[in-house]
Amino acid sequence: MKSNPLQAIGHGVLALFGAIGRLALFAIEATSHCARPPFYPRLLLRQMIEIGFYSLPVVGLTGLFAGMVLALQSYTGFSRFSAESTIPTVVVLSITRELGPVLAGLMVAGRVGAAMAAEIGTMRVTEQIDALTTLSTNPHKYLIAPRLVAGFLMLPFLVLVADIIGVFGGYLVSIYKLGFNPEAYINNTFEYLEAMDVGSGLVKAAVFGYLIALMGCYHGFHSKGGAQGVGKATTNAVVTGAILVLIFNYVITEAFFAQ
Amino acid sequence: MSVSANDRAGRGANQPKIALRGLCKRFAGQVVLDGLDLEVGTGESVVVIGCSGVGKSVMLKCLLGLLRPDAGSVTIDGEELADNRAAREAAMRRIGMLFQNAALFDSLPVWENVAFGLIQAHGMPRREARGIAIETLAQVGLGEDSADLYPAALSGGMRKRVGLARAIATRPEIILFDEPTTGLDPIMADVINDLIVACTRELGATALTITHDMRSARKIADRIAMIHDGAIIWQGPANEIDGSGSAHVEQFINGRAEGPIRLPVAGAAYG
Repeated sequence: MKSNPLQAIGHGVLALFGAIGRLALFAIEATSHCARPPFYPRLLLRQMIEIGFYSLPVVGLTGLFAGMVLALQSYTGFSRFSAESTIPTVVVLSITRELGPVLAGLMVAGRVGAAMAAEIGTMRVTEQIDALTTLSTNPHKYLIAPRLVAGFLMLPFLVLVADIIGVFGGYLVSIYKLGFNPEAYINNTFEYLEAMDVGSGLVKAAVFGYLIALMGCYHGFHSKGGAQGVGKATTNAVVTGAILVLIFNYVITEAFFAQ
Repeated sequence: MSVSANDRAGRGANQPKIALRGLCKRFAGQVVLDGLDLEVGTGESVVVIGCSGVGKSVMLKCLLGLLRPDAGSVTIDGEELADNRAAREAAMRRIGMLFQNAALFDSLPVWENVAFGLIQAHGMPRREARGIAIETLAQVGLGEDSADLYPAALSGGMRKRVGLARAIATRPEIILFDEPTTGLDPIMADVINDLIVACTRELGATALTITHDMRSARKIADRIAMIHDGAIIWQGPANEIDGSGSAHVEQFINGRAEGPIRLPVAGAAYG
């Protein structure tokens, strides 16, 4: 069969807008359930522990090594024009404004987004989501809303932990490898740090947490066709989650930068 | 609820409990349901038989509102559900459903699965709901020791029993069974059939079952209906099925490859 290239472009564009529309409707429906009773505090708590507590090791390790390598790399650069004393500031600003939220976001997209898509996707293909409906329970409210709220609340917490551990990683390398004075390093770290640096990172984190959970839930909720469908949903959840983290990272940075 | 029990009774005994009229549903241009009509009277047990993929499950999903029919009406106690979310949600509280593979929630222990409807839809305290769950489990032949197991630890037959317990725990007026004996050995299938008959009788519930297991159909049904090509092609009392006079029914109940029903096997039927 011969296909018209214009037709192919048209199909692609329509499919793209269709997907965006479906996602937006899903997001509105699920988010509105976050604010309307009945609430499920038990499920929310479980998700908060799943996202917040169990991601701590991964996010902590990521932060530690990011901070360590950041100190080494910026030393390589700044020592060339004798600006070593700015390293503590460079480390703390890079971590709190950028690397903390982005790296934590990407790790959580991999860990939590995938788990959500797999769990909800399996529930979909084994008719557990239909079963919820027949038991007079709205699946958006019961499954999706607690995950969105937990993502939104717990990612800032994780990023704060990553910030602290990351700065500490930079400190370790600077003191034990690069020969900085500990007291001076700590003073320099805090001297130029503003509340906005940490604050903008935490705002990013909240948005990332929401988006990652949304992607995990959306792809899981709409998965079909057994194990293969669930696998595809999981992949899509991680990929779209990570891409949205990077896109919104720029958008939010731009918004803060303008001020 | 706007309709009191008296009103409902007063609207006449001849009003069907469940009525599907002119139900149509197509997927990507393929017609699955083509003007299906089916009525189930109060307290009656109707079994819908038919080959795999002729629209039995789609019919059930349209009834539950999980799929929206393209045309036609779905009424329970005379109340239209097809385009009325509030009525559907209210009706859902009076319906119990046993899914084909039981569809138990993996993340919850057995007792919470059974008590789910009581806790979530009826707002019962957990402690009280647990008591009722354990009573209901006993009704389907499961002991208290199974209450704290997780579904992953259960055999197929046990999962079906838990699914049945979950379907009847809220004492629904209507129970739907989707292939209740699929995947069970013949003895366990018979045990489940007996449980279905006992539970629906005990509750006085209206039952609608879809299956392709004739032993199960004969045992459960007051009335049997056969679905083919998206419509009901025969229906009658369960004991008259052997003299149905329909070639389609004859072929189905005797399980013959030759006959008016042609399945798309390796392209032979349509080739």
